[in-house]
Amino acid sequence: MKRKGKPWHLFVMALLIFVFAATAFFGVSIQSGEETKTYIKGAKDIRFGIDIRGGVDVTFMPSDGYDATDEQMAAAETVIKQRLVNLNITDNEVYVDYNKDRIIVRFPWKEGETDFNPEAAIQEIGTTAHLTFRKGSAPDGELILEGKDVEKAMPAYGPTHDGGPSEYYLSLEFKDSGREAFAAATTELAGKGAISIWMDELNVSVAMVNTAITDGHAIISGNFDQESVITMANQINSGALPFALSADSYSTISPSLGGSSLKAMVIAGVIAFALILVFMTVVYRLPGFLASVALLGQTAATLAFVSGYLPAFNSFTLTLPGIAGIILAIGMGVDANVITAERIREEIASGKTLDGALSSGFARGLAPIIDGNVTIVIVACVLMGAFGPTDGFFAKVFTPIFFAFGPSTAGTIYSFGYTLLVGVLLNFVFGVLCTRIMIRGASRIKGLRKLWLYGGVRNDG
Amino acid sequence: MTAKHDFMKHRKVFFTISLVLVAFILGTALILGVPMDIQFKGGAMAVLGYQGELDLSGVKATVSDVLGSGLTFQQGSDIATGANSLTITMPGAQTVSAEQMEDTLDALQASFADNDFEMLKMNNVPPTIGREFFHKSWVAVGAACLLILAYIAVRFRKIGGLPAGVMAIIALLNDLLIVFGVFVVLRIPLNGNFIAAMLTILGYSINDTVVMYDRIRENESIYGRKLGFEALVNTSINQSLRRSVNTTVTTCMALATVCVIAVLFGLDSIFTFALPLMIGMISGLYTSLFITTSLWVTWENYKAKHHIGKKK
Repeated sequence: MKRKGKPWHLFVMALLIFVFAATAFFGVSIQSGEETKTYIKGAKDIRFGIDIRGGVDVTFMPSDGYDATDEQMAAAETVIKQRLVNLNITDNEVYVDYNKDRIIVRFPWKEGETDFNPEAAIQEIGTTAHLTFRKGSAPDGELILEGKDVEKAMPAYGPTHDGGPSEYYLSLEFKDSGREAFAAATTELAGKGAISIWMDELNVSVAMVNTAITDGHAIISGNFDQESVITMANQINSGALPFALSADSYSTISPSLGGSSLKAMVIAGVIAFALILVFMTVVYRLPGFLASVALLGQTAATLAFVSGYLPAFNSFTLTLPGIAGIILAIGMGVDANVITAERIREEIASGKTLDGALSSGFARGLAPIIDGNVTIVIVACVLMGAFGPTDGFFAKVFTPIFFAFGPSTAGTIYSFGYTLLVGVLLNFVFGVLCTRIMIRGASRIKGLRKLWLYGGVRNDG
Repeated sequence: MTAKHDFMKHRKVFFTISLVLVAFILGTALILGVPMDIQFKGGAMAVLGYQGELDLSGVKATVSDVLGSGLTFQQGSDIATGANSLTITMPGAQTVSAEQMEDTLDALQASFADNDFEMLKMNNVPPTIGREFFHKSWVAVGAACLLILAYIAVRFRKIGGLPAGVMAIIALLNDLLIVFGVFVVLRIPLNGNFIAAMLTILGYSINDTVVMYDRIRENESIYGRKLGFEALVNTSINQSLRRSVNTTVTTCMALATVCVIAVLFGLDSIFTFALPLMIGMISGLYTSLFITTSLWVTWENYKAKHHIGKKK
């Protein structure tokens, strides 16, 4: 690295970091009348996990140890998602563990929520839907058959009649108990009436009856696309589930407990940063001060990855372990800067010129930083594999190690791995690259070329 | 090259201090047992908030009517907000259904409307799920250790990778044990915070060791073998002493801030995370200065004396 810095590097880099930090912390939004349009998401837009904000975490399992098939679990997931929408809980996470037949549901309190009964909500989400087939298109039409009479519903693609075009359609199969009732109803309604399908009060489908269906196999066709036909199949299958879901494991945290912790973390963060800034500046002088600026950038960037500042990265739920991950990553960032500053100091002490000291200090400080951070990356990847969603990249890589365990039994630890990984990678950008550009830039400014400023003995610059 | 401090001379003293600490922690864990949060051991716990004075025996009777006997009741109040709370714990690893909990609240509301009971926190975990989470955490730590061992063995093969890796893992286990000790000695039940604290210390500890190894490797290439392994290591520790101390001081300062704020706001869950973390970091500093490399030197000396594995 024989690159020479330019004075403007320092100012441009510092300015960039401040602008980035300001937008990442406070966001950019314009208020026009009642509506606020958010252009860049700030720290206040971060979605906090239920351990901070309060909320509900439930694990549903089929009651009485019923061994459900994958299709049945997928159907149960559909019911739960539908229920959440019905309860107006849109901000939710639903995971299915097909190996252990578990469905994990998490949702935080809505803002301003005061009158919410989590126990009642858990019960409502977990009850199996009552599926009915009725004559006509109204929910009070005459009952033809119920969910238990349905064998299964399957999404399909192909021509629905000879020589017809290929399209998505739903294939229905009835049990013996439902076959006759369905045959009678379709015979009666053929060519003149409709049959509607209901999940509780929710209309799943209204279909015209074209011909009498007596063999227990029906198809529903119409304006389906792939997604809608799968959703409908799941809805019908969920009504035909031969088991109830029980909430074996659940925890709820009231929002009043969550609110104050957030405020406290912000205060602690500001004070801690101020202390680090003072300490670093006193001990390491110019490089220490510049390191604190880079640290500000690193913190802002970590928050940006969590809040969804960059459109390419979805916002991420931040939990307490997630904050722990940020603390560890920032600690690593401090360490990288301390290592670099110490090396520069040593090089100056050994009698090198400022430029020589910076070059060899940077070069020698790099190896320990890389080694230290790579080991942390290993830890972060293992954790993301162990505690992340099953279909995630890391989960697939580490399947040989964790195959015996269910996925996402602790989504909160995944949050730790994520913030840690992001933080450590950013460490290379801010703690290594940005600090170095700024220090080199500063070293080209006349008034800032005193060796004392870089850790040398006073009065020898 | 003369080193300012001799870290090697008194290494037996440092080993003894560490062994005594480890023995103390393990002894405490054996005698008093390891407190486990229901997140791991399974069970049910509800924290209810209430207003005004509490008729504890009346409340106990009402709740026991719904949830059965053997319950544990604990009253508490938040210093910061002055809010009162009542913690109800089910006996053993028994769980309750959401329906039962709703009935309990209804019964309390009917009999003690003045107290205005509300559910602050509810935890209900069947033992199987709790144990699974606990075991999986250990497998994750184990897998991380193995991968790190492999990385160190390869990266530092020039200065004897495998023993270096093993010593790093010993140092790591020592630091993790100290964190565990904080929980056990302060009787904080092991929960998700414990895992998060362990993982953080795992990261810091390894980083400390690796930075130290890096210095040894660098000095090796400068001075070669003529210095002798013990002097080489001692020089390296001295050179990175300021870095080790300053990094720890900086991070501990930040964590101390978090601790103080957490106490002021009455945030137990954050305090019981930040404190073990801080102590773990101080332990990490001690281990990396006095234990890891000293242990390695002891091993190398032993090897030389007994002519084991003479390949180089």
